[in-house]
Amino acid sequence: MSDHDQHTPVSLRGLSADDPHMQPAARRPRVVEGWIGLLFLLGIALLVLFAVAFVMNLAPWTLGATLGGGAVSLGAGLIAWGKYLMPRGPFVEERHPLANSESDRDAFAAAVVERGGGIIQRRKFLGGLLGTGMGVFGVVSLFPLVRSLGPMPKGTLFHTDWTAGSYLVDITGRRVNVSDLAVGSITTVYPEGFENTDNGQAVDQTVLIRISNENFTTMKGRESWAPQGYVAYSKLCTHLGCPVGLYEQQLQLLVCPCHQSMFNVANGALPNFGPAPRPLPQLPLMVDSQGYLQSQSDYKEPVGPGFWER
Amino acid sequence: MSTTSRKATPTSRYGKVGHVLNELDDRLGVAKGGRTFLDKIFPDHWSFMLGEIALYSFMVLMLTGVFLTFYYVPSQTVVTYNGSYLPLFGQHMSEAYASTVNLSFAVRGGLLMRQMHHWAADIFAGAIVVHMARVFFTGAFRKPRELNWTIGTTLLVLAIANGFLGYSLPDDLVSGTGIRIMFSIILSVPLVGTYLAFFLFGGNFPGTDILARFFILHVLVIPLIILGLVGAHLFLLVRQKHTQFPGPGRTETNVVGSPMFPVFMAKTTGFLMFVTGVIALLGAFAQINPIWQFGPYVASRISYAVQPDWYMGFLDGALRIFPAWEFTGFGHTIPLEVTLPAVIFPGILFTAVYAWPAIERRYTGDNELHNLLDRPHNRPKRTAAGVAVTMLLTMLFIASSTDVIANYFKVSLNTVLWAMRILVIVVPLLSYPLAYRIAKEMQGVAGVGKRKVTNVVVRTDDGEYIATPAPVYADDAHHELDPVPVPTFIEGAVETSGDDEAEFETTPGVRRVER
Ligand code: HEM
Ligand code: FES
Repeated sequence: MSDHDQHTPVSLRGLSADDPHMQPAARRPRVVEGWIGLLFLLGIALLVLFAVAFVMNLAPWTLGATLGGGAVSLGAGLIAWGKYLMPRGPFVEERHPLANSESDRDAFAAAVVERGGGIIQRRKFLGGLLGTGMGVFGVVSLFPLVRSLGPMPKGTLFHTDWTAGSYLVDITGRRVNVSDLAVGSITTVYPEGFENTDNGQAVDQTVLIRISNENFTTMKGRESWAPQGYVAYSKLCTHLGCPVGLYEQQLQLLVCPCHQSMFNVANGALPNFGPAPRPLPQLPLMVDSQGYLQSQSDYKEPVGPGFWER
Repeated sequence: MSTTSRKATPTSRYGKVGHVLNELDDRLGVAKGGRTFLDKIFPDHWSFMLGEIALYSFMVLMLTGVFLTFYYVPSQTVVTYNGSYLPLFGQHMSEAYASTVNLSFAVRGGLLMRQMHHWAADIFAGAIVVHMARVFFTGAFRKPRELNWTIGTTLLVLAIANGFLGYSLPDDLVSGTGIRIMFSIILSVPLVGTYLAFFLFGGNFPGTDILARFFILHVLVIPLIILGLVGAHLFLLVRQKHTQFPGPGRTETNVVGSPMFPVFMAKTTGFLMFVTGVIALLGAFAQINPIWQFGPYVASRISYAVQPDWYMGFLDGALRIFPAWEFTGFGHTIPLEVTLPAVIFPGILFTAVYAWPAIERRYTGDNELHNLLDRPHNRPKRTAAGVAVTMLLTMLFIASSTDVIANYFKVSLNTVLWAMRILVIVVPLLSYPLAYRIAKEMQGVAGVGKRKVTNVVVRTDDGEYIATPAPVYADDAHHELDPVPVPTFIEGAVETSGDDEAEFETTPGVRRVER
């Protein structure tokens, strides 16, 4: 006991059982005991039911209800036991200072500074070399961890699988003909041969919209890109790369469901709302002699979200 | 027991248990420390329970998680589903998705375990946040406990990270979109982003490696780090002892409350069962992440209601309302509309949280040891700062459902967007002075923060009403007992009223008292 304890002096041996600290906090311990017993019984019953439900392979909710109900009952009973039937206290514990005496601290510091420092200071050169060696070891051990993880990005992000003359196919691999889409309809296309590849799905995905029956110009310089009103844009949102999957036909807006960026289809897919910073890149199209749609070339700029080298 | 001198004889005054303890002490020397540990005092205040919720939901996560690993296959190999869930029959999907669907429908107890795991993850993160708020607003992070604040913050970061990784594993349409967004966020980091993203994913999105990598991080690496940090957290807690609110008999140099054994042990074990049970009930009755409804991830498909788990909401909100400010120049692009809200903002936020104890120490010049807690209203500036940050995060969280709000209130998306942009700035700015004002006012209210005492209103014979404070415990003259050390023995026989009472008398503390 230290000097700040101005409270009831207590015997070191113990408290009398009559001491109010040792009494249960419940006014009628017997009644509480009964309730706790009931809770325990309920818990046991529910857990047994859980076993039954599990063996009989009943619906998942019955498993959770019995397991959860059982655990909650047992838990509630035990909490009540601790709260109402155990000594109510309050009890006290002294807090001994963590800090050591001045001389202990000095002895510690002396060992670190004088012993360690003395030995290293005398061989500064070796110490420096050791430090460098450990540093190099640390950096070098990162190499297998980091470098073998994946390929260098190189030009990957700058091009897609679209090339001059790629046929536009839908997800089943069927080529798209100019007679396929009515004005106002939309579909997702891939370069032929890539509709089932990861890259085709994730990078090459392109929305094809028919916005009129005539050749259409979305922007200056793109006069020949949309034959017979077929306009194709990269489906990768320029914000974070979600597929721009919603089409507002009346407003001619492509909408990204992720953060609601909107792109004006008739106007070079210029974003007119939301966090997307750039228009969707447009894919220049042409029509072959049988009316099948082809790309004139790859996209003229990287598709999808921004990155440093872009 | 430490009070008996150790003899060569293997017998103990305390029978078999005493004997086992003696044998243990012979080998490990645990008697003294063990006794101190049993006497360790836990303050009786509900807010000390929040950390326990986090701990117990983490235990549920580990147990249910191990169950899930038995069935989940972390593979992106495409398979044709031929399981029991008919709407997906014959569809192509990754093995990961197929195995999660099977886990939900074909494995006995599988759906319950999945839903419990997911609920436990949400509760885990939530409990950490609320626990942290308690520590912040009461100043429990002050010297000597700064290190535990740092560990706790790291635990929150890891909980969020592991939650995201786990959420990604089923490879359904919603979580796959989440991974796509994460790839783009990493890509947005200036200078090294492209390399980071390619290395992490083993190539351009989606690559073939990401689920296997997420899996091992999710089930091994991060849980191990969390486990180690939880251990360190609890070790420091025992070493430094609990803080406590000021009150009768409570000083900077003691701790007042209930002892580890038996009171706290009973309550906390009960609470472990209770938390587990509640998670099981949620798993049974509250559907969460019904991945079979979302369908498998196909990169060119998108689900309309894309919403991450709640702890990622503030990032999603920030991404939604940040203006489209891409920087281009000097031959490079910095997608600031992504980098600022999703990399730099959380970076600043968590740096500030980590640094808060140091910031406050610098500001107040207070380098004292603190074991008594602050009442929030007594530290109006800290409280107001905490409220402002909470409001900022809340507004960002709300901003993650701009589309839902627009639909619900039938207003234009544009209106909601601008409203949120304004609210995100204005609400925190206004809440600071408001919280400061309220805290200051509360300082003047007598009895704030004191334990509430029930008044008993009595009508006297003259018809006058008088209110007298009732005892804290029924039939007890004491309002607050003075704290006493945990006794070694319970002394003295008490008269018993019948034979059936006898058992009570011999069990310390579990004694029937006639009143
Ligand atoms: C910090 C702790 C953890 C958090 C926050 C967490 C969170 C999550 C979440 C949110 C999911 C998605 C569940 C769904 O709806 O399908 C998940 C899945 C999973 N978790 Fe954890 N988890 C944690 C620890 C663990 C541990 C320790 C293991 C195993 C040892 C584990 C194994 C798994 C497995 C195998 C899955 C995929 C199966 C599935 O999605 O159903 N988790 N986790
Ligand atoms: S990904 Fe399209 S708006 Fe964010």
